[in-house]
Amino acid sequence: MQFPILSFIVFMPAVAGMLLLLIPADRKTEIRMAALAAGAFALILSIWVYFSYDVAAAGYQFIERYDWLPALGISYHVGVDGLSTPLVLLTGVVMFTGVLISWGIDDRPREFFAFLFILATGVFGVFVALDLFMLFFFYEIAVFPMYLLIAIWGWKVTREYAAMKLTLYLFIGSVVALVGALAMYFTSGLGTFDMLALENAGFSPEFQRLWFPFVFFGFAVLGGIFPFHNWSPDGHVAAPTAVSMFHAGVLMKLGAFAALRVGIMLLPEGAKFHMPWIILLTLVNVVYGAFIASVQSDFKYVIGFSSVSHMGLVSMGFATLNKEGMLGAGIQMFSHGVMTALFFAVVGMVYDQAHTREIPKLGGFRKVMPLVALAFIVGGLVSMGMPGFSGFIAEFPIFVGLWNAVPSHLFANYAWIAILAVLSIVITASYIIRIISKVFFGEIPEEFAGHVHDVNVLDKVALVFLSAILIIIGVYPDIMVPMVEQGVNNVLRLLGGA
Amino acid sequence: MTLTASMFLPILPEILLLLLAELVLVLDVSLPKAQRRNLGWVTAAGAGLIILISLAAMPGPGSSPEWGGMIRHDWMSFTFKMLFIFGAGITALFAMDYKRLVERGDFFALLLISTVGMAFMASAADLIMLYLAIETTSIPLYVLAGFFTDDKKSSEAGFKYLLFGAMTSAIMLYGFSLLYGFSGTTDLAMIAQSLTAEMSVPMIGSLLLVLVGFGFKVSAVPFHFWAPDVYEGSPTPVAGFLSTASKAAGFAVLVRFMLTVFPQMTEAWAPILASLAVATMTLGNLVALAQKNIKRLLAYSSIAHAGYVLIGVVAMASPDPEAAQLGVTSTIFYLVAYLVTNLAAFGIIAAFGRQAGSDDYTAYYGMSRRSPYLALAMMVAFLSLAGMPPFGGFVGKVFLFAAAIKANLIWLAVVGVLNSIVGLYYYLTILKYVFLYPSANPEEPLPINASNRLALIVLTVGIVVIGVIFGPWFGLAATAAAAIF
Repeated sequence: MQFPILSFIVFMPAVAGMLLLLIPADRKTEIRMAALAAGAFALILSIWVYFSYDVAAAGYQFIERYDWLPALGISYHVGVDGLSTPLVLLTGVVMFTGVLISWGIDDRPREFFAFLFILATGVFGVFVALDLFMLFFFYEIAVFPMYLLIAIWGWKVTREYAAMKLTLYLFIGSVVALVGALAMYFTSGLGTFDMLALENAGFSPEFQRLWFPFVFFGFAVLGGIFPFHNWSPDGHVAAPTAVSMFHAGVLMKLGAFAALRVGIMLLPEGAKFHMPWIILLTLVNVVYGAFIASVQSDFKYVIGFSSVSHMGLVSMGFATLNKEGMLGAGIQMFSHGVMTALFFAVVGMVYDQAHTREIPKLGGFRKVMPLVALAFIVGGLVSMGMPGFSGFIAEFPIFVGLWNAVPSHLFANYAWIAILAVLSIVITASYIIRIISKVFFGEIPEEFAGHVHDVNVLDKVALVFLSAILIIIGVYPDIMVPMVEQGVNNVLRLLGGA
Repeated sequence: MTLTASMFLPILPEILLLLLAELVLVLDVSLPKAQRRNLGWVTAAGAGLIILISLAAMPGPGSSPEWGGMIRHDWMSFTFKMLFIFGAGITALFAMDYKRLVERGDFFALLLISTVGMAFMASAADLIMLYLAIETTSIPLYVLAGFFTDDKKSSEAGFKYLLFGAMTSAIMLYGFSLLYGFSGTTDLAMIAQSLTAEMSVPMIGSLLLVLVGFGFKVSAVPFHFWAPDVYEGSPTPVAGFLSTASKAAGFAVLVRFMLTVFPQMTEAWAPILASLAVATMTLGNLVALAQKNIKRLLAYSSIAHAGYVLIGVVAMASPDPEAAQLGVTSTIFYLVAYLVTNLAAFGIIAAFGRQAGSDDYTAYYGMSRRSPYLALAMMVAFLSLAGMPPFGGFVGKVFLFAAAIKANLIWLAVVGVLNSIVGLYYYLTILKYVFLYPSANPEEPLPINASNRLALIVLTVGIVVIGVIFGPWFGLAATAAAAIF
């Protein structure tokens, strides 16, 4: 039997979190070292999975399956395909860099890392789940540590409100999706929660059309879809840096991924019926999110709304239901995850020095923290979709896919939507350039002179690591595109060719 | 009728419980006052031992009438009996923290006798036996609720509980007498046979009267008024016992009674119970939002949980036998998970409340700094109550909602889902106080004594085990459910 690598990845963080709790609370250095070791270990494991995934063979790999509750057809069934493998890697990356930049947390670091790792277990679990019950199980595990992480370690002004709002939104979404999932389970008559079996359940088109919105929107809440995106900027802003990174970088992908896996893949007819109007919602996401981001004066809110905008592109890519769009969306999930983790890391570093995030009050930080400025510029170029960076590899196919989307009962063609969506790039460029010029260039305001310092070496490692990934994918897309393509082919197979 | 040894097997747990109660009383008079606290260890160890020994008296498949049809020996009654005995043992451990509870050994004896009553409630198959069992359960509980005779609130709790209990039990008894009048028998199964299939007004009347008594036991709205006051006033370990074992016993009776006596009248009682479920969940959760006293909060939360369990009971009325069976299974599973979880919640409140001297929620500010492990246990218990994985409450809720959907009661599942969102809000709020708010006296240590520690470890591990390795528990619940169909 092969080594159960996926189970290892899923449970390692939780076990590490439990072990952390056994270290006496006042030995903070040891706690941080142990957390870093666990993060590095998770990263290595996820890199290993990524590079040992056999792209040529495609399909689900590293499969493990054990009965969990045979009476109801619940099993512990894991495996990764071309879409989930990059997301597993993403989680490893964000977990590792999250630990690096959280070195400075001084209030109960033991509990902080323990909750963060339990969150990581939930996230890994969802990405590898091939059983519907298991997916929910881990999905909820990913939701609740978020509450404590934001409420305890978050920004004092809004943390209680934001944490509660976020948790309730996500919980509502997940239970709505749960009702839909149970309906699928009972209607299929197969007596199994196994998603590979449910794919072939042959649900009637009426059933699919009725339940698709429940499942899709239930999960897409976490993907930040308009008009249920409201929790997300508040949550991002209130969260401590590492949690914002996790949250925007990984958790929102969780929503999009689950909406794809359960919504589109299990109810393809429903997807075909509803997607034409859902595209309009994602268009609002993309353009309105970018627009709101451009008028914020709080640095972190800008990034928060930019996440809403970029996640809109992911949903939009899925909503095209064609190969280009989905391919782009799959890569965008990874690319945006790394990019936004980088952005939030930068925001956190600036805030730690300046103690304000008001863009008009900042300036000239390039002089004290050149590497941070450089990293932000890299992230900015990614988010504008510049060729040579991963954002281009992701966004260009989405727009192509949208342009080519098959005419539906609602619209004869989608070119005009594509044109409107492309506008978001212009808006994105405007706010990114504004931040670069206001925050990093110009003169340092007097109040900061002498008080602000460069970031420590751990932070630099994290920034270089994240930037490098964005550039590597940009210049060598072959490292990821064929893999995602395999995953997309599988989705298209369920959608009936095309 | 000649007595044979095998006849005693079905009531082995009850006999052993009585013997243990006797032992406790004898030790009580022979031990010096300072030593009586250790009776808690005796009770808990005895309860553990009884569970082990009772495994020898495991029932076979099906359901056999014993003792002239007075009780039934099946997996349903057996499962519930083990659950009650477990609850009693844990409650004894929590009570050891309360000096004034345990300086008199009769506390433990009353606890055990009440457990005997519950055990008979779970197995009673005859109106008279059932009534006796309910009273055997209740009367010691009235005394336990008012155990602090010098404390006004506790006395009030005991008295209030007695008044409500006596009144509802009289109404229920009137319902029993009507049933006897219609059928001429007190045997539950025979009643069902002699009742005609079509519903008549007197039949529905007797159904309603009986439901009053059961509704009181499980604290379903509108028979819930006693619960917050009684929980608040009674000693916290007793409140924990009331909200778990006593409630589970009520459900054991409800499930068996409805399925045995009124199988032809599902169209009458399913809508009644469905509306009770909706009212109980919604009122319990909404009023819990406004509570400032954590015991009252848990009281309303436990009312809400009775509402969730009622979803499973309603699903039991489905004409689809699979759905009905899943309804019973999920009811039993949820009660197991809920008993373990809520005992933990009350145990933490008991341990903390005694030292803080207050059950006001402000006392819980910053508890995690004073005792990180107690705070973690509280997080586990509250998140399980809220229905979060990997804890028992999550799986329990999923099964209940699944049963409702299987029984084509999607609207009821949706109401349950909406309610669990409200529930999540107030559980998280308390956790916020515990983990986030600054404590008035952060340095003051919070010693947890050995008995509490043992009980809390058992319960927290139990919550996680039920939530992760749910196969065996589901199997047990399914076996129990199969026994009464």
